Parts: sequence; C-alpha cells; structure tokens
Amino acid sequence: MNIIELYQQPQPYLIVAAAVLALGIFGLLRRRTLIGMLIAGELIFSAAMLNIMAVNRFYSADPTVGQVFVLFIMGLAAAEVAIALSVIIAVYRNYRSIKTSELSELSG
Amino acid sequence: MNSLPGTEYIIAGLFLLFIAATIAGSLLAVFTVRVIRSVCGLALTSVGLAGLYYFLNSPFLALMELLIYVGAVCVTIVFAIMLAEPQEIVDESPRHSVLWSIAAIIVCTAIFWSAARLGVLGDWTTPAIRLNDGTIQDIGVSLLSTYSMAFEVISLVLLVAILGALAIARIGRHRHP
Repeated sequence: MNIIELYQQPQPYLIVAAAVLALGIFGLLRRRTLIGMLIAGELIFSAAMLNIMAVNRFYSADPTVGQVFVLFIMGLAAAEVAIALSVIIAVYRNYRSIKTSELSELSG
Repeated sequence: MNSLPGTEYIIAGLFLLFIAATIAGSLLAVFTVRVIRSVCGLALTSVGLAGLYYFLNSPFLALMELLIYVGAVCVTIVFAIMLAEPQEIVDESPRHSVLWSIAAIIVCTAIFWSAARLGVLGDWTTPAIRLNDGTIQDIGVSLLSTYSMAFEVISLVLLVAILGALAIARIGRHRHP
C-alpha cells in the first residue's frame, strides 16, 4: 500500500473511525461532568458518520444514500445537543452543580 | 493536468494532516481536565473530519460538518460552559479511580481492536456499477424525492427540540427567581 494512494483506500478511514469511537466511549466512561459526557457522545456520533461515509464511498452502489443519511444524523445530533444543554442548565439551576457524582437524589 | 510538481505528495500530506487532526482532537477532548479544552478538542476533531469528508468525495458534507459542528454545536457548548461553569476536580478516592480507568482502557482497546480488525480484514464487496456520482445535485434530487418524508420529519424534530429546550430552560428559571 503506497502512502500516496492511501486516501483512495478504505482502511485508513475505518481505522480512524474505530479510534474515534473507542476514545468517545472512553470519555463517556471517564468524564465526571455532564458536558464532558455530552462531548464524548458527540465523538461517538462523529465516528459513526465517518464510518458510514467511508463505506458509502467505497462499497456502495449509490453514493447519495450515505450522504443523505449522514445529513440526517447531523440534524439529530444538533437537536440532541440543544435538548441536552437545556437539561444541563436546568439541572445546574436546581443543584448548583453538573458533576454526575452529586446528582444522586434518587439513590437514597 | 498536474502543473505543480509533487502535487501527489502535498495531497498525501494533507490527508495525513487531517487524520492527525482528528485523532489529536479526540485525544484532547477525552484526556484534558478542563471542559473548555475538550470543547476545543471537539472542534479540532470536526475540522479533521471535514477534511476527511472532502477526501471521501463529498465537499457538501465537509461544509456541513464545519457549519454545524464547529459553528453551532461547539459554540452552544461554550455558552453552556459559561452559564454552568463546571469545574472538573479529581476528588474521588484515587484507588477506585485508577481501577475504573484501567477497566475503561481495556474495554476501549478491545472495541478499537475489533472494529479496526473488522474494517481491515472484513470481506467487503465492491459494487460492480455506480448508479450516480454522489454530487450535490444527486443529493438534492434524492432529498426532495426519495427522502422527502424523512427530510420533513427532521425539520419537525428540530422544531420540537428547540421548543422543548426553551420550555425546559424556562421551568428552572421560575423555580429559582
């Protein structure tokens, strides 16, 4: 595999998508604030979009479908960010904190 | 066609630069302590991903990635950080924290290894024919014909999400004037 034609191979894209997915899941497990977990969730979304685009470019007979699908994912991710941030701000108004260890009223 | 000498090396270098930006941005987003730096990492990841989309023959999605992620999502998260001022202090018991991160590292390495192995060694079949080129014109035609229903439903979802976000943020405001 020549490095000049690397961008015409599907493997680099799939490996980068796998790395971003793993880092996103790691961040979701490690982060202690709600905004940090939201950012990790966005990384997972991005990994899914890159994977869909790579498969769409190299292995799909109709390259339009993946692009339309990724556009829909972007719209859903934007809606999710709006809702999650308003929930985070409401939680901060009530608890004066967005650390996940302090939001434990229901655990007794 | 290639008037500039060494164009292919410049292209390969740009590709590697975008890959490096994606990976470095993800690392920055996950491993920094301050949340504002991890938003910067998310923005860097989005820039790298936009470049990779450009290499994947879809400049329209590259533009959309820049507009939506860097322009909207990151700025909104920065606003939320300014309003909620999260300070991420590591104050858990260190032993529990170390065990938990070792478990997380093992899980994520397993996920990365299996996904990358599936991507590299998987038995993927290349299609015999291409129905179209996936240009902006093709995207527009299929958005307004095949996927018109989903397109409208997405706009409804965005509207409901904005109204819901406004309603949720307003309720908390009445409780603590």
